[in-house]
Amino acid sequence: MTGKGRFFDLTNGKASRRTVLKGLAAGAGLAAAPGFVRYAQAQSSAPIKIGFQAHRTGIGAAYGRWYERTTAAAVKAINAAGGINGRPIEIVVEDDGTDAARGAEVVAKLANQHKVDIVYGTLFSNVVVGSAPTAGELKIPYYVVSEGYHVASGKLNRYVFQPGITDVRAQVTSVAPWIAANAGKKVTMIFPDYAFGYDHRDYLPPALQKAGAEVVAKIAIPPTESSFTKYFPQIPSETDAIYHVMVGPAVLTFVKELGDFYGSSGPKLFGFIDSLEAVDINSPGLEYLDGSHFWEGSPRYAQADDTEAQKAYRAAVGIDDNGAAVADAKDVSTAAHMFGCWETLYVIKKAMEDAGYTGPGDRAKLVEATEALTEFAEGPEHPQGKKLFNGKIHQCFGHQNISKLEGGKLKVVHKTTIEDGMYEPEADYTKQSL
Amino acid sequence: MAFGPHLLLATLEGLVTAAVLALTALGLSLVFGVMRIVNVAHGEFFMLGAVLAWAVATTLGAHPAIGFVAALVVAPLVVGAIALLSERLVLRRLNYDPEATIVATIGLLYIIQQLALSLYGPEARPVTPPFNYRVLLPWFGYSGYKLSIIAASGLLLVATWLVLTRTKIGLVMRATQYDREMAQAFAIPVERVYAGVFALGAMLAAFAAVLIVPISQAHYLMGQDPLLLSFIVVIIGGLGSLRGTVLAALIIGLSDGIVSMFFSPTLAKLIATLVVAMVLVFRPQGLFGTVAR
Repeated sequence: MTGKGRFFDLTNGKASRRTVLKGLAAGAGLAAAPGFVRYAQAQSSAPIKIGFQAHRTGIGAAYGRWYERTTAAAVKAINAAGGINGRPIEIVVEDDGTDAARGAEVVAKLANQHKVDIVYGTLFSNVVVGSAPTAGELKIPYYVVSEGYHVASGKLNRYVFQPGITDVRAQVTSVAPWIAANAGKKVTMIFPDYAFGYDHRDYLPPALQKAGAEVVAKIAIPPTESSFTKYFPQIPSETDAIYHVMVGPAVLTFVKELGDFYGSSGPKLFGFIDSLEAVDINSPGLEYLDGSHFWEGSPRYAQADDTEAQKAYRAAVGIDDNGAAVADAKDVSTAAHMFGCWETLYVIKKAMEDAGYTGPGDRAKLVEATEALTEFAEGPEHPQGKKLFNGKIHQCFGHQNISKLEGGKLKVVHKTTIEDGMYEPEADYTKQSL
Repeated sequence: MAFGPHLLLATLEGLVTAAVLALTALGLSLVFGVMRIVNVAHGEFFMLGAVLAWAVATTLGAHPAIGFVAALVVAPLVVGAIALLSERLVLRRLNYDPEATIVATIGLLYIIQQLALSLYGPEARPVTPPFNYRVLLPWFGYSGYKLSIIAASGLLLVATWLVLTRTKIGLVMRATQYDREMAQAFAIPVERVYAGVFALGAMLAAFAAVLIVPISQAHYLMGQDPLLLSFIVVIIGGLGSLRGTVLAALIIGLSDGIVSMFFSPTLAKLIATLVVAMVLVFRPQGLFGTVAR
């Protein structure tokens, strides 16, 4: 019989070493294989190639799928209307696996092998933070749809923009007064234990304090956690409201366990819809959320006062009145975020046209043209609403929605003003060299 | 919350973890004990169990309890069949070579995971629990379903133990584990035993997953944690030892529940890893393992 010590000793086998080497070689070959490389003609009619760094796999895959659909819809609309400067857009998708290291590789691959004009599309903050240095080194404009505060904080570089979605700091700042006035004065925060959660942890308490409320406990939860009951004893009994932001597949467990723990006598709940994006709000186990409130970037459910632009956008992307795919009612969208893809592509179009963009040689001009933007009017190009853009911190500011979950639907009960979320900028990217 | 209730809650949480872990790790341990194969794809069989439970419960669309019971029967059977197929198509062709099978099961892991992503999708989907009963304690409420997981897992563990010790199938399995060549000489169809054990191991994982899915949703990446924890449990308990596996699952589950509640989940993981290191240094065969011959 084989000795025990051999089981993990890969150097010991006869045929297996060759197999391992072959496997390694094959794996390395796969990883390094160039994608479908096309040599773009330097003609004025050649498409503008936008590299799309997409979360096709990994923890962000549900978001990634809807980001792709929204992107496809926006590109179709833009191309049908004549493209950018008369040139059609061509999207080149690469999967980043929702992984920071892979994200940086994808940016390099899109820039060097696919020869794209710009890179766009990322959501997860770890991927943005991991990829931004590569975009900066390659001097390729990188438009993210991430909502993290990392862009506006000044920690990234001059090539990174977030013109289509409001950042977390502004979101949190704008909803805090409503929480203080309607949910409770003593708030316990439950947030994921990484960058995205820290934006909430750092900016909610001062905003609440300004509104006369306070944070009584901050509970950080590791992103891979699958069971939450063990954290609930940390919630102080004086808590009026629980503020919850969780991103990950375990959110249903979180809600279910909270319900089991408190029954009908618990604190009020205010959550960020991020946890429930792509999740049917009427899933079994979510009953406990009934009557609670959520932040939504753009409402999932069609509202009575939807603008024509909003209706046209929903039809173009292919979501029904419940925010699910028209073809499959069970395929729920990530409506609160994906509008950012649509709007970002229109910002790119505007900036490229302002810059007279002709090719990668004009990337610096494109950066400056984007920085020169100040305001996006509500309309078909910006269906979520009007936005202000601060070119110094590369960040836009828009309206936020607070929705109440009742009767199995999310109904917008409060819309913040853009000014509610404004804060003193801490950075100025325009001072960095190009 | 006062110390007493706090400890009670921690213990309950730990027991639920331990119950699921014991079943999953037992599958891994059986496969290693009898076949001497380190099945890296074990966590994916767990994931498949959960995904299939969702599929069965949704397709039936009947009362949640009926859907759940059907899933409890169908999911492990289908997973067992898939395991059987991969044993025939892959492991047998490698002559169960320990090194080659590690690489092969890594491949299997990726294939199953990516198939689940393509066919099932990236969402986490819930299965309705067969019943919703909230046990109301003076200090907090607790899910009655979670308590039933502990009971169900206990029953299945006892059943597995009975099969292993009291039936002819168990005798044949133990004989194969003890000495493969000798078993073969006594006309035991070793290859069929291997196939059966591999399927049984996968089925135990699938069963555990069906139990957990009403409280923790089916997701295509959910196999990673159980795999890691199962390895920890199996190393501590001793490869191939049922007793050791159950005891180690209890230790890891309870310490995880209690340490993570009173201190931090990170510390609980640290301690589990440290215990593994200590066991490997001072008692490499595990608490109840026998030294390999």
